Amino acid sequence: MTAFTALVVRDMRLSIRVGGGALMGALFFLIVVTMMPFALGPDMALLSRIGPAILWLGALLASLLALDRLFATDHDDGSLDLLMMGRMPLELAVAAKAIAHWLTTALPLIVITPVLGLMLNVELRAMGTVALTLLAGTPALTFIGLIGAALSVALRRGGLLLAVLVLPLTIPVLIFGVAAANAAIVGPAPFGPPFTILCALSLASLVLGPVAAAAALRHGLE
Amino acid sequence: MQLKADNLVCSRGGREVFAGLNFSLSGGDALVVTGRNGAGKSSLLRMIAGLVHIAGGRLELDGGEADASIGEQSHYIGHQDSVKPSLTVGENLKFWARYLGAGERTIDSALQAVELAPLADLPAAYLSAGQRRRLSIARLVAVPRPLWLLDEPTSALDVPSQNRLADLMRSHLAGGGMIVAAAHGPIGLERARELKIGPS
Repeated sequence: MTAFTALVVRDMRLSIRVGGGALMGALFFLIVVTMMPFALGPDMALLSRIGPAILWLGALLASLLALDRLFATDHDDGSLDLLMMGRMPLELAVAAKAIAHWLTTALPLIVITPVLGLMLNVELRAMGTVALTLLAGTPALTFIGLIGAALSVALRRGGLLLAVLVLPLTIPVLIFGVAAANAAIVGPAPFGPPFTILCALSLASLVLGPVAAAAALRHGLE
Repeated sequence: MQLKADNLVCSRGGREVFAGLNFSLSGGDALVVTGRNGAGKSSLLRMIAGLVHIAGGRLELDGGEADASIGEQSHYIGHQDSVKPSLTVGENLKFWARYLGAGERTIDSALQAVELAPLADLPAAYLSAGQRRRLSIARLVAVPRPLWLLDEPTSALDVPSQNRLADLMRSHLAGGGMIVAAAHGPIGLERARELKIGPS
């Protein structure tokens, strides 16, 4: 087993075990989306019109939820020092941690998305498409958040700073994610262009996120 | 194989901790770094490990792997044990062995070397401070690396464990390895040289 997969497996194991926080993202997402109809009232037309925006905002906040602990726990117990002393470049180690985080936090959230259509008066087939936009867009959220997590690693209460740092950077993802989801549910704008841009944003942050996060960690430890 | 420090300068938070530090270490040598609190013992070890920026001077490892940094050829045992409480003793060690590039064959013998083999399936949350320290020492055995950087390695260890650690260090030196240790008291190595840094 290579160092990369060893790190992915360890981080997934840690988040599944006691106190790890896997599924917290999905539960948070569930509760936010469930609260919306109560806040907005039983206006079915309104709910289906703003449904995609609610889902995307919920997913955005949920994916930030556990992110501030991504490096902080490793920093606190000295593991981060050893991670930096491995043969694998720090960029790859950071990417492995982000992948494990996405698999345990974002993926469960995407899996439950189609069911949430009930709450927002969106038909099941369209919800499948919304889940597809989340699948394409949430990697961007995780890998952009990774930079914030690395910058706030040594801070005791890094969570709030993380949100302030990261949320403005996620605006493009939000715009094209909601645009693609809206196109799928109400039309008439085509689904293809915003979805393609969403994929491009994810791919770009997949490359830039680990490089920036590794640089932030190296700088922060000195 | 030789570790050479030439006119090394360390500065933390804008303050100079030490300057003009020279030493050299060959295969089979041990160096014990002593000094008052805040003299820069831990900073020196972290500097060799590549975890603290070198503010001036040179640090090089001759005869090692050309394409690996000094940190990638060293083991570092700091004040923290890098043990995850929710993983078992075996899982903790297995992860570091895989991550640091060794196979899993050495796991059992490494756990035996620190007398933790019977506890391999116990979550590490239940370990005492000394047992956690022994688990991090097991890393030294599981993954062969030529340079050991040990920051007060005997802290929290009972006397039999201190003797076992001394045995491990002696066999590492006998195999041509090098040790740089920071300590306030004796660490059980007879032939170790002493490097005193900072004001006495």
